[in-house]
Amino acid sequence: MQAKTALLAILCCSSSVAFAADPSEAKTEKEMKPYTQKITNTDVSFDMVPIPGGEFVMGSPADEKNREEDEGPQVKVKIEPFWMGKHEVTWNEYDIWSFNLDIQRRKLMRLKSDDKEKAADAVTRPTKPYTDMTFDMGHDGYPAICMTQLAAKTYCKWLSEKTGHYYRLPTEAEWEYACRAGTTTAYSFGDNPAKMDDYAWHYANCNDTYQKVGQKKPNPFGLYDMHGNVSEWVLDQYIPDAYKKWSGKGTVEFPISPTTPEKLYPRVVRGGSWDDDPEALRSANRIASSADWKIQDPQIPQSIWYHTDAIFVGFRVVRPLKVPTAEERKKYNLDPVIPADEGR
Amino acid sequence: MTQSNNQSSSRRDFLKVTTATAVGTSILSTLGSSAHVYANGDDKIKVGLVGCGGRGTGAASQALSTKGNIKLEAMADAYRDRMDKSLSNLQKQFSGEPEKVDVAEEKKFVGFDAYQKLLDSGVDVVILATPPGFRPIHFEAAVEKGKHVFMEKPVATDVPGVRKVLEAAEKAKEKKLAVGVGLQRHHQANYIETINRLKDGAIGDITSMRCYWNSGGVWEPRLAREDAKSEMDYQMRNWYYYNWLCGDHINEQHIHNIDVCNWVKDAFPVQAYGMGGRQVRTDKKYGEIYDHFAVEFVYEDGTRLYSQCRHIRNCWNSVTEHAQGTKGFCDISGAKYETTGGYKWRYRGKKTNPYQVEHDDLFAAIRQGTPYNEAEYGAKSTMTSILGRLATYSGKPVTWDEAMASNVSLMPKEFSWEGQPVTVPDENGYYPIPMPGITKVL
Repeated sequence: MQAKTALLAILCCSSSVAFAADPSEAKTEKEMKPYTQKITNTDVSFDMVPIPGGEFVMGSPADEKNREEDEGPQVKVKIEPFWMGKHEVTWNEYDIWSFNLDIQRRKLMRLKSDDKEKAADAVTRPTKPYTDMTFDMGHDGYPAICMTQLAAKTYCKWLSEKTGHYYRLPTEAEWEYACRAGTTTAYSFGDNPAKMDDYAWHYANCNDTYQKVGQKKPNPFGLYDMHGNVSEWVLDQYIPDAYKKWSGKGTVEFPISPTTPEKLYPRVVRGGSWDDDPEALRSANRIASSADWKIQDPQIPQSIWYHTDAIFVGFRVVRPLKVPTAEERKKYNLDPVIPADEGR
Repeated sequence: MTQSNNQSSSRRDFLKVTTATAVGTSILSTLGSSAHVYANGDDKIKVGLVGCGGRGTGAASQALSTKGNIKLEAMADAYRDRMDKSLSNLQKQFSGEPEKVDVAEEKKFVGFDAYQKLLDSGVDVVILATPPGFRPIHFEAAVEKGKHVFMEKPVATDVPGVRKVLEAAEKAKEKKLAVGVGLQRHHQANYIETINRLKDGAIGDITSMRCYWNSGGVWEPRLAREDAKSEMDYQMRNWYYYNWLCGDHINEQHIHNIDVCNWVKDAFPVQAYGMGGRQVRTDKKYGEIYDHFAVEFVYEDGTRLYSQCRHIRNCWNSVTEHAQGTKGFCDISGAKYETTGGYKWRYRGKKTNPYQVEHDDLFAAIRQGTPYNEAEYGAKSTMTSILGRLATYSGKPVTWDEAMASNVSLMPKEFSWEGQPVTVPDENGYYPIPMPGITKVL
């Protein structure tokens, strides 16, 4: 009897201590700390970094070298606090969803599935890729690539169900805010591309392949590979003059160009990649997706999950402190919408 | 900024699709009576599609994207729903040029004999893209009727099928019919350049090769047992998992890599040793195919090709080919090599979409009346894959010659929804699985 009580006491104690110290349960901006998110029924976890709320100027000044017209006019934007993935999502994380590795492991281990697992299992998973989507460039520790924006969004939905925390792609504004990390220069380390090799994998130093995440120096927010390695999906449709409609209206809150399933191209990726020169890695540079990104997909209809030729595109996740309401999710098309004639 | 600048983020000239002028030699051959020449682009080529799945639909789209006046006029499939879906996808694809996809109701053919009706419907070129088991029958009939052909790889699933394709290939040559086979690496600029260099001795004599198709596998079975109208219906809808239809994944996918190595060697193996099995795809819904193969092929000069294919998730993946030479090493798929002397070469040319170029090349040859026949190497590379499967299933060395003499057919006797495939499940729904050391394959 006594032993049992003692055991109970330990259990209660340890769980309450764990709860209080769990930085992923922060309710206010002040409580936000870096945390490690475990993905249940796997050995895989990833790190999240708090990004404080604030205001910044989105876009590049007219005199920035190599600036393109779609980077302006500059817009003053207010950003709510969120956490962001310290690294780009790796194959280790991504393949759990795309290959049902969690379900497979759960069955092998004879484990029961709880409500979160059941909800996650109900999220659509992609068809299997026709070929090897790493293109033999490396798997463990390397960024996942070649997914469509829909696939990246659906992964976030799955991750949300799985963990009980709301994850999504960043908006274009959030991405740039996080990339700049308080800086106003072309890169988060200044204007001089000569320092690039300390911070980024790009065409000249990458040996024609993506690299394991987190090997270069982080930006002032502690985020790695924001410049280079792989370009990263954001939530927005690509509209060349998107900033024009936001400018001159004071400080804009939550700017976004929502996507629709009907208009697949172009959508935005940010940050530039191993396959790009330094100017494409600038904080303000915007890259638009195109149908060419799956030109080699030999099937019709082409896959809604894979970009056979976008071997330079990946993504990272964010978690807003304030979880959006159902109306907000609908208004901004934050949830993945699988086209009706998906053709699987 | 320019829109075009932003539309392709890559610094390299990314996947510029080449035009239909890719065929190097355009010497007009002496023309036989049975082959029509479409010398200028105004002459309309009428295309018929046999097999309206995703790949067949894609192939039709690429054919219709070649230079000159062309039209999809007839379609055939075992299933009406597949055909309707394919047609609507093509109509969407060509909504700007609706005259290119104009299939009248009386030119839509459904069922096992749909291909025959299509061949009689007045088309000039047929695209054969059903599951590969039907290819020999369809190809033979198309050549018989004097049609130019584009056929998807592999071109057979068993040895009698390979022989049938080889015989029909000879007849096609006699009739001056153009035949393209969907081994598109032969039309991919980086492969062409790399292999030409290997043949010029870039890394000396080739002493061994390796190739892989290791991936997470393909689509899950589409039709549940309880929804199938018959065993034939069940296997046809889930065709990847049945040998008479697919030839196992060593034949259906890995053929690409094996074919590249044959191309490098300009030869076909004389013998194979293999091992493999079903490690994870053990459920009865996965039919009768293996999920991994490791095969050692031997060429006549003693050179060996080590090949692997695997359909297991979360493992080392690679879909590549490599060659070791007396003077260096070549990553063929990566289009680069390094010599022992330290010289490094890497393909820096334009990237092309090989699925489009293979059609550009074929249709240019048809229009110009240039001899064009990929059926023989298509059939022999198919045979190489089948040889690997036979060695793996039996667990014993199998020679090319003894395999080529085999009369073991995987095809059903009767092609109808009531017909019985050669392998059928037991009372629990499980199929007999080939067992090395026991299974007889010849």
